[in-house]
Amino acid sequence: MLSYITRRVLLAIPVLIGIIVVVFTLVRLIPGDPCTSLLGERATEAACAGFNEANGLDEPIWVQLGIYMKNVVTFDLGESVRFSRPVNQLLIERLPLTTELAMSALALAVAIGIPLGVVAARKHNTAVDTGTMALANVGVSMPVFWLGLMLAYIFALVLRDTPFALPPSGRLSAGVTSVPYFEVWGWQLTEGSFWSKFHEYAANHYILNNLITGQWGVFWDAVKHMILPAAALATIPLSIIARITRSALLEVMGKDYIRTARAKGVREWTVVRSHAFRNALLPVVTIIGLQLGALLGGAVLTETVFNLSGVGRALFDAITGRDYAVVQGFTVIVAAGYVIVNLLVDLSYAYLDPRIRLE
Amino acid sequence: MTSLSRREAMERLATEASKEVLYDKPLTQWRLALKRFRGRKSGMVGLFLISMLVLVAIFAPLIAPYEPNDPLIGDQDVARYQKPCIHLLGCPDDQPQHWMGIDGNVRDQYSRVIYGSRISLQLGFFTVTLALVVGSAIGAVAGYRGGWFDNIVMRFMDVILGFPSLLLAIAIVAVLGQGLRNALIAIAIVTMPGYARVMRAQVLAIKESDYVSASRALGASPTQILLRRVIPNALTPLVVLASLGVATAILEAAGLSFLGLGAQPPLAEWGSMLAAYRNQVFTAPHLVFYPGLAIMITVLGFNLMGDGLRDALDPTLNR
Repeated sequence: MLSYITRRVLLAIPVLIGIIVVVFTLVRLIPGDPCTSLLGERATEAACAGFNEANGLDEPIWVQLGIYMKNVVTFDLGESVRFSRPVNQLLIERLPLTTELAMSALALAVAIGIPLGVVAARKHNTAVDTGTMALANVGVSMPVFWLGLMLAYIFALVLRDTPFALPPSGRLSAGVTSVPYFEVWGWQLTEGSFWSKFHEYAANHYILNNLITGQWGVFWDAVKHMILPAAALATIPLSIIARITRSALLEVMGKDYIRTARAKGVREWTVVRSHAFRNALLPVVTIIGLQLGALLGGAVLTETVFNLSGVGRALFDAITGRDYAVVQGFTVIVAAGYVIVNLLVDLSYAYLDPRIRLE
Repeated sequence: MTSLSRREAMERLATEASKEVLYDKPLTQWRLALKRFRGRKSGMVGLFLISMLVLVAIFAPLIAPYEPNDPLIGDQDVARYQKPCIHLLGCPDDQPQHWMGIDGNVRDQYSRVIYGSRISLQLGFFTVTLALVVGSAIGAVAGYRGGWFDNIVMRFMDVILGFPSLLLAIAIVAVLGQGLRNALIAIAIVTMPGYARVMRAQVLAIKESDYVSASRALGASPTQILLRRVIPNALTPLVVLASLGVATAILEAAGLSFLGLGAQPPLAEWGSMLAAYRNQVFTAPHLVFYPGLAIMITVLGFNLMGDGLRDALDPTLNR
């Protein structure tokens, strides 16, 4: 098992390096230079030279790549020229939102998608099955941004005076603030230290922060703001998970060991739950891992629709605004997260199917 | 037995034989697939949706009541953001009929949505063709040659797959500049690895088969073998992938246009039409609703057809 994990981890490293190099190259291929885009078209040459020197842009490209690699490893992602703040600080502010959004969407997709798939498979070739799969087909074909806007229209305008009304934008209502847990509990943190940054980052997960500190009003407000974006973002993964669960379960249900289990008189529910479902999980887990990449892409669209300043939207602004450090830093973090998730998926295979460990 | 009767017997046999051919044509792989495809309801629904869309796209000038980009200022008594006016649903007969309302530039939304089908279908088709041709060429050569070429190229494909695809597409458009053509290229690049991988796997399996060894023994060049023997036999899964790929391409292109990186106004493209009025969703929801619905129906059509094709072409999946 340990050697399997080691091999998987080692295999992920070249992909990560490749991603860093591709991002670095792409960012430098973006037309126009950061100096004129930030200091304006009429910046003098002297001003530009000073700007380039300050940001390390006057070094040869190979040296820049080398420095950048070293900085990534030491988690020094540089400074955003647009916001004049360290990229790390921007990540602390924006990553929690995207994580919460993606995780809520994934939780919704799994919590609804898997039961739907199981029901469809159990009622194979009935109206329930056909109906569920027709819905899943529509769900897969849904443009996230359109669904988001339509949900906002329905829940924020049509249902505005009913108990079902939900806010169409932002993370918290105006006037509501989330007090970080370390302030609630009166912790003394050294300004600027690693731990103070870490706690600041953790406390920016509003739902989590207000859950553990028991600020129920704020918690409920944060949850309400998250429902629509998460629902919009969850639709495609939900439909895909439902389809895969159904077909995996159908395949397993035809196996001999299911017939054996039934023949020896095991209750149908137990057959489905412990004999069939566990064996059908492998493709489902694969697809859940793959969906995370799509969720991150979808987050750009969802954050745009719902006016959320998360990583996706920030990355989009940085790419179109040639903010090198932000593009590089954010993409590396996002891609690294993606690679790590795929690694976890691979490892969960080994857990779910012991045969894989021995290969 | 006289010679005449023998001839008669022969003729009868021949007619019988020809009848047999008429009644029972041998079921080739493609005929079998066609038969299976017809049996799949979802595939046929998809085919129907796409056929309708293709017809709409071809006959757009006949179907659309107005020019997609001409403002109706002065022609009629219409206002910006006017709600849909449908006579059957109680809109007064003296008002001109506008099925999907009027947009912010006083253009007929229905006509624009109709014309939008042309752009989305072409875009889906060209994107997938580009990704399919380049991707499968790379995959075929990598699989057939193996060695360092295979290693380098496929690792590069892994790196592309390591990115969330929409983010990489955004970055590529940022490099190439915004616009429909560059969005098309970007989506082709990010979807290419799928085709390359499938083609490579197919080639790896096929190149060991006896008929390829036979061609090689007869002195065929690697190019000939690849083009005449290997690729034609490797196409089946790629057809399925391509059909589903059109759906993805249309969806991603609409996403890029929504972000302002794809089609630029005044072009009647669904994603950018939706983006242009997204801030008016509370006051003029019809301007957002219909383009999105059009995207969804198109994507649904290609997804359904792709699923039907997969079931029809891959007998191992038959359940």
